[in-house]
Amino acid sequence: MIRDVSKSFGAVMAVQGVSFPLYAGEAHALLGENGAGKSTLVKILAGVYGADGGGLLIDGEPVAFKGPAASRAAGVSVIYQEPTLFPDLSVAENIFMGRQPLRVGRRIDRAAMNREATDVFKRLGVELDPARVARGLSVADQQIVEIAKALSFNARVLVMDEPTAALTNVEVDRLFEVIRTLRTHGAAVLFISHRLEEAFESCQRVTIMRDGRSIRTAPIEEVTIDDVIRSMVGHDLDNLFPKTVIEPGEVVLEVEHLTRVGVFDDISFNVRRGEIVALAGLVGAGRSEVARAIFGIDKRTSGTVQVHGAELPNGNPLAAMSAGVALVPEDRRQQGLVMDMSIDRNVALASLGRLSRFGLIRRSSERDLATTWAGRLQLKFSRMVDTVSTLSGGNQQKVVLGKWLARKPSLLIIDEPTRGIDVGTKAEVHRILDELVTQGLAVLMISSELPEVLGMADRVLVLREGRITAEFTRAQADEDSVMRAATGQPPAVAA
Amino acid sequence: MTTGHNDAAKGGRALWRGLVRWESALVIVLIGVMIFGSIQTPNFLNPTNFFYTGLNMGEVAIMALPLTLIIMTGEIDLSVASMLGLSGAVMGELFSNGWPIWLAIAAALVVGAIGGAINGVLVAKVGLPSIAVTIGTLTLYRGLALILLAPRTITGFPASLTQIGVVPIPGTEVAYSTAVFLALAVVTGIILHATPLGRGLVVIGLQPEAAKFAGIRVNRIKIWLYVVSGIVCAFAGILLTLKNASVSYDAGTGLELNVVALVLFGGVSIFGGRGTIVGVVLSVAILGTLQQALTQMNVQPEVQNIVSGGLLLISVVIPNSGEAIRRIRDRARRRV
Repeated sequence: MIRDVSKSFGAVMAVQGVSFPLYAGEAHALLGENGAGKSTLVKILAGVYGADGGGLLIDGEPVAFKGPAASRAAGVSVIYQEPTLFPDLSVAENIFMGRQPLRVGRRIDRAAMNREATDVFKRLGVELDPARVARGLSVADQQIVEIAKALSFNARVLVMDEPTAALTNVEVDRLFEVIRTLRTHGAAVLFISHRLEEAFESCQRVTIMRDGRSIRTAPIEEVTIDDVIRSMVGHDLDNLFPKTVIEPGEVVLEVEHLTRVGVFDDISFNVRRGEIVALAGLVGAGRSEVARAIFGIDKRTSGTVQVHGAELPNGNPLAAMSAGVALVPEDRRQQGLVMDMSIDRNVALASLGRLSRFGLIRRSSERDLATTWAGRLQLKFSRMVDTVSTLSGGNQQKVVLGKWLARKPSLLIIDEPTRGIDVGTKAEVHRILDELVTQGLAVLMISSELPEVLGMADRVLVLREGRITAEFTRAQADEDSVMRAATGQPPAVAA
Repeated sequence: MTTGHNDAAKGGRALWRGLVRWESALVIVLIGVMIFGSIQTPNFLNPTNFFYTGLNMGEVAIMALPLTLIIMTGEIDLSVASMLGLSGAVMGELFSNGWPIWLAIAAALVVGAIGGAINGVLVAKVGLPSIAVTIGTLTLYRGLALILLAPRTITGFPASLTQIGVVPIPGTEVAYSTAVFLALAVVTGIILHATPLGRGLVVIGLQPEAAKFAGIRVNRIKIWLYVVSGIVCAFAGILLTLKNASVSYDAGTGLELNVVALVLFGGVSIFGGRGTIVGVVLSVAILGTLQQALTQMNVQPEVQNIVSGGLLLISVVIPNSGEAIRRIRDRARRRV
């Protein structure tokens, strides 16, 4: 039970009078745009922040967390999007870190530890070898380990902060299965996600936050996705996927027999002016790797990449950039942005040559360029000289977009355009893409979100295990056919 | 959300303040050291002292400049002093074999370039950690110098050249090596702070992955930085040889630590991406002035080392400790 919790940072009220109940045996979805205060609330629950006002009640008893250990002792476990395991320790050691079962002479009883870990996994209904080292586990498996750890602590409240952001559909299903198991064991689950469909699929109750307040709490049957979006953004959202279909022009990108041994094989396709071609498929199917090879981050083993009929040299991003290619990479924080550098310098980073005179960067041009694109993309920021790490995910993505659009590319490769950004900004990014395409940009989009693929793409290519297994036109593509091609199941027989 | 002009200006000042903080601390320390020197010895701040300070610091200070750029990218070069020693040895050996002095000097510079290229290729192309590579070449280059020269000491360099090692530029009290350092500092400063290349160095240091995705040729830049570092160290080796009017295989042994310390004391982050040339120049001025003051007080060189070493340690610990803790925590969070 969360009652009237408040937390402020300086003059900013991050969370203000938020109250909602969590019931045992129930999964509760916490929804809201970026900056709505969800993460702050999670940190209060985790004991990372102390609340300025209000309090938490567990079984009717007020509790005050003086730190993460206290929160854990009270039965609250938080599972973050990116789990923090010790990579060189075994799965079981990670679960029982600091409280390993001991044998005579204070030696760790490995057998007992592995046995207990196996028990926990059995309760969760998953199979995982407790003796293997954590390094190399998929994100999904790492989360399972974290959940197992929480369970071994007898956690009664399990908080999951965007657990599904980095998971494939199959893994998400397994996670939901685990959540179901947890509920039947009487745990209360607080589930935070940007994917509304997931909340509806796996939760019984929903709380929507906006601007630090809890707007509404209701049983899931009583609300629709549209209701939720309205409450989240505070007004009607015209359309999450604005799409203008135009007649595509000449071929901009022509990829032929592109191969990188062991990663992807014999990939051929083209992208024309005025169309969005989507690369769909499961995580690990080789989509991002294809993009990297086209842009020249990785070398291709064989095959050709032509832009406007001219072949790109192998492994040379600078040449790809001069040919008019832009790549908005998958990982904003590591690849797309320099997090500790200012907004304007990030926007200017790919255009420095053009902004220089006599080899010296003109600060004023740099600032102007950034201001122009910040305006055009409606970037929300306080000062240009702030580091990009101060921006929300959606605004960070706009900075990456601005950085590349400032080069006036003819081909934009965009990998997961809206991963981890809120619904409002999502719609904005889609609108920007649509606008650019109608102006003649060619877009190669990689996305793990099927609604996005189906909503925005003119053509859909499906990759599976490094090969193109299907191609659909906008009219042909539907969730079922794309998923089947992605997972390698035969197409459904038309009734 | 604001985009107003006022805010931008205010932001500019805030950024400036942030950047300048360490440098302003250095200015205060410099003034402090000057006052200390003036109290200890009358008429401390005279041009002659400035000349000797410059003469003492010259080679180390010059080598600190390319090293600053290397450290900005998050790498290191510990072979600088051995590079200096090897190129001095090459110059001495060739000269003693009857080569014209200019040819011997040119050969020393070429050796510097090759030595730097070896470092660069091993770090950037082969992908080995620079600390391991340059500890290796630290020993290797010194070993080559030893094979080449030991146990001889080469002397007899033309007086017209050795002169410039010990007299000021005519009409001034500026040592030639000081002038070289200041000129190189200006060039390095412009490169680092005002050119796309310099911005690239910062980005490589802050986030190497993002640098690659922005079309910055990370490997090529790193190789060239090591080549330049090799050439500049060779140049420092030539200056040192001329100043001493002699060269033996062990010239400049151990100086690499002074060079690294100068750069870090100047506020350049050992993790890359942060630092200014102004800071490094101030760091040179402080250390030079302090050593000069201690010399004039007739403090034993060993004690001088302890004093300056201690000062360096303290000043390296302070600016880097907070960041080090943060980085280590980040890395732990990113593991698996």
